[in-house]
Amino acid sequence: MAKLINTIEHALKKPVWDCRMCGQCVLHATGMTCPMTCPKTLRNGPCGGVREDGACEVRPDMTCVWLKAQARSEKLPRVWREEFDELRPPVDNQLHGTSSWVNLLTGRDKRTPDGWSAETAAAHGGRSEAAG
Amino acid sequence: MGTLAELINDPSPARPIVTAELPVVDGGGLDAVRTRLARIAPYVDAVNATDNAAAHAHASNVAIAIALRQAGTEPILQLVCRDKNRLALQADIAGAALHGITTVCCLTGDDVTAGDEPEARRVFDMDAPQLIRTAATMANGRYLSGRAISPAPPLLIGAVENPAAPPFAYRVRRGLKKAAAGARFLQLQICYHPERLAAFTDLAARTGLTPKVALLPTVCLVKGARALRFMDANVPGISVPAGLIEQIETAPDPREAAYQLALEQARHALALPGVRGLHLADFRHDDSVARLCADLGLPMLRQVSDDPAVAV
Repeated sequence: MAKLINTIEHALKKPVWDCRMCGQCVLHATGMTCPMTCPKTLRNGPCGGVREDGACEVRPDMTCVWLKAQARSEKLPRVWREEFDELRPPVDNQLHGTSSWVNLLTGRDKRTPDGWSAETAAAHGGRSEAAG
Repeated sequence: MGTLAELINDPSPARPIVTAELPVVDGGGLDAVRTRLARIAPYVDAVNATDNAAAHAHASNVAIAIALRQAGTEPILQLVCRDKNRLALQADIAGAALHGITTVCCLTGDDVTAGDEPEARRVFDMDAPQLIRTAATMANGRYLSGRAISPAPPLLIGAVENPAAPPFAYRVRRGLKKAAAGARFLQLQICYHPERLAAFTDLAARTGLTPKVALLPTVCLVKGARALRFMDANVPGISVPAGLIEQIETAPDPREAAYQLALEQARHALALPGVRGLHLADFRHDDSVARLCADLGLPMLRQVSDDPAVAV
């Protein structure tokens, strides 16, 4: 069953978004543009190497994935548009090749390492005052 | 003079902060580090220990940072996402902290195709905002996994941003994301379009990015038009207007004209809102850093010792 869902998801998403089956889809938050098609697989916006004409640093024949993502996100419903600026966690490489639909339903795609949670890093503001 | 953390947290700073890039080191022992450092150390608050700059292999960031600290200068440990996965990056932070190195600067990094080993596997297991957040987690006593680090390293976390690369208006939002993740300073990429830097700092002030983070725009000291042309063609994310290159090339004294350009950029940057100092990259390998700081009216921060055994 899981295999069948995988096949259907890939068959639909590959031609439209060049889906790489990361298993933790964030398309709605990234202007319906797959961040895994960025040669650096960046999940949180464009690197500093974008060329003057908007082309990718790594592949000059291609427009920067994040340039497209940002422009497209502006046209999405507000709730998705606002998600664009959220900090997306590092990719869970265990999910590669699995169905993001299944992972969405089970909540597996939202599971992050214990150290990633907002509370863990939130206290940093106070700590850094004391740094040095 | 205080540490970089103290300077950044100072509510009424008396002078601009100056950081600089240590030219890359490949061999020659610690003397090679000291020689490069001697030219810049008297004028700067902290020095970047780069992490395989421009995607070329060099003596490692952690090794250089330790050498800088031994030489009496505060290192900024640069951490790049290109070559190491999340385990190795966290190990670098924890390992450097053992040696008292607690200032880090997190960046995505040029792609391997920008360097001399384009055959290499690019890693990018994390991106820069994720690395910043991970460093913040470590400063709070946890690895990314949640495993405890006790005592927690008292990290000062910085990052970079490129005000000259598209999408221009979005760059400040990306800066805000990095600030929210835990960055306290941003070393800005060299920008040969002064209006783009001005637009960035203006928007940064209006959106509250500054004073949340201290902006340190980069100024490059180059020898002449050839270096500018090289950067324009080969360094990802840097564009130098053709007219500007021509202006330097056709000047009666191109080397002097290149210096004056850097001085003008430094003055312009320091006058912008939220700019807390400068980050210097010296490719002239002469006394230009000293001259620039003197021309800007910045104080000499420490004396250089001739004795290599004594910290500079």
